[in-house]
Amino acid sequence: MTVIARSSRRARARRARVGTWVLLILIGIVFAAPLLFLIVGAFKPGTLVLTEASSWRAFWPSHASLNNFATAITRSQLFTLLLNTIIVTGTIVLSGLVINSLIGYALARFRFRGRRFLLLLIVALAVVPFQAIAIPTLLEMSQWGLRNTYPGLILPMIANAFYIYLFYSFFLAMPVELEEAARVDGAGPLRVFRSIAVPLAGPAFATVAILSFMSSWGELLWPSLMTDDITVRTIQLGISVIRSSPPINQGVVLASVLLAALPVMVVFIVLQRRFIESAARSGIK
Amino acid sequence: MTTHDLTRAVRPRPIRTGGGAALAAWLFNAPALVLLLIFLAVPFGLAIFFSFTNFRLGSPLPLRFVGVENYTSLFSDAEFLQAFANNVIFAVVVVPVQCALALGLAILVNQKIRGIAFFRALFFMPVVLGGAVVSTIWFILMDPSYGLLNGLLRAATFGQLHLRWLQDPNTALASIIVICIWGSVGFQMVILLAGLQDIPSDLYEAAQLDGAGTWAQFRSITLPGLRNTIVFVVTMTTIFAFRLFDQVFVLTHGGPLGSTNTMLLELVKVGYDQQLIGRACAIAVVFFLAVVAFTLLQRRVIKEDES
Repeated sequence: MTVIARSSRRARARRARVGTWVLLILIGIVFAAPLLFLIVGAFKPGTLVLTEASSWRAFWPSHASLNNFATAITRSQLFTLLLNTIIVTGTIVLSGLVINSLIGYALARFRFRGRRFLLLLIVALAVVPFQAIAIPTLLEMSQWGLRNTYPGLILPMIANAFYIYLFYSFFLAMPVELEEAARVDGAGPLRVFRSIAVPLAGPAFATVAILSFMSSWGELLWPSLMTDDITVRTIQLGISVIRSSPPINQGVVLASVLLAALPVMVVFIVLQRRFIESAARSGIK
Repeated sequence: MTTHDLTRAVRPRPIRTGGGAALAAWLFNAPALVLLLIFLAVPFGLAIFFSFTNFRLGSPLPLRFVGVENYTSLFSDAEFLQAFANNVIFAVVVVPVQCALALGLAILVNQKIRGIAFFRALFFMPVVLGGAVVSTIWFILMDPSYGLLNGLLRAATFGQLHLRWLQDPNTALASIIVICIWGSVGFQMVILLAGLQDIPSDLYEAAQLDGAGTWAQFRSITLPGLRNTIVFVVTMTTIFAFRLFDQVFVLTHGGPLGSTNTMLLELVKVGYDQQLIGRACAIAVVFFLAVVAFTLLQRRVIKEDES
């Protein structure tokens, strides 16, 4: 290889690196600008949010104060909304992890009659979107007097065919030796599951936890059908009420949106490194 | 999850067989099965059943079978047909564009550069925020008189160009598409990134030694290596595309002039606001069949592409 060829290759590598950075920064601006607009706007007086929205001032916190947050919290009972969402989401995520992993594990590790049929059923059910059956489910719920209750918001969202499938394929790919050894030592099925299989399945649990946390925190359709009462209303629905009920103050709107987004943002930032790792290992792809 | 796993005869190494295993298995299965039965299988059956009836909440008329009347009246209803068409247009545009962008982003953030974790998190952040939050931000950015987007347009065209974005029937669906892609491309990016990281890096090193350029490496290593991941991402994006609801519910309620109406939004209007359960269930069945048909069609196209 000649010296010229080598140096031109190095120059190409440098150009590629500069190109990567330029792209990253340009795309980064497209993604960061609306987020920055949200954060800055939440601290600005409502009238300025609009009048300054079309220039660089949109990203400058003029007349910054905490007034919007105070108004959001007092006028729209934001803490009630947040607390409701935490209760609903927390219950769905935690009980979902237990219930979906149990059946996923049984499908992967136990031999029993009807296993293949059950597996097919799970795959078929994963295709049925919840939205398509929302109306009959709503009728069931009203029949049982569960409208405007936490159980009404929670129960239909716990078992999830897609998460079951994720657990199933993860357990299937996991080496079985440790569990066999524990079994020979006399541990019962639940014991083997709890103390051997679960600790080894961290990535699958992390992935399902994040997916299910994001989707129940962001759920809009089901709470809007199930609740007309502020005492159980969730934050996403709350936001759409705040957005559309006069007097509309865009500063207050953005402040409530920011408060609604903060918990998920924090959870994600804490877990994000693990999430991308575990997405890779949990067989989600 | 890949089609591969589904079609291959999966034979696990069971650690438990025999009578005790069956008992344990059904104990493990029971909670999820009961919930799936009550909240998925039964409502699904009810939806099919009601779709052939005149069921209406608070109606004095007795429940009776009306055959396929709900279906025939749906397909002669301009409002529903427009919603159906909007779903198809949305899917046809969003699925390829979003998947291609996601692949580009995944390759970009798969570079080994300091600080790349920041960009990964940044591109994924809109997914974390969720549809309602993202829509609320973009509603202000797309405001016809004050919004940042028109500010930029005016600056770039010396005040000549100025769009009404979500308020104009000609641009509303396109605006929704932009918002949706911005808000969810990070999800597909993460899955594709996970797929990229599974491709052994010595394959690239060997190709470089053989003098393969970037494009050749992409064609002969990256794409084949990502095959299953791409099939999964495309399928998932299709299903999500048909479920379009949050953004139009928050931003436009299907307007202006029905230009952003979708099947799900129509389902909620008919079933919840007008209480026409029979008709809403017919929409649900059509919606379900459309998702399945579109997904199968795509599988076909992807398979043919390969051979």
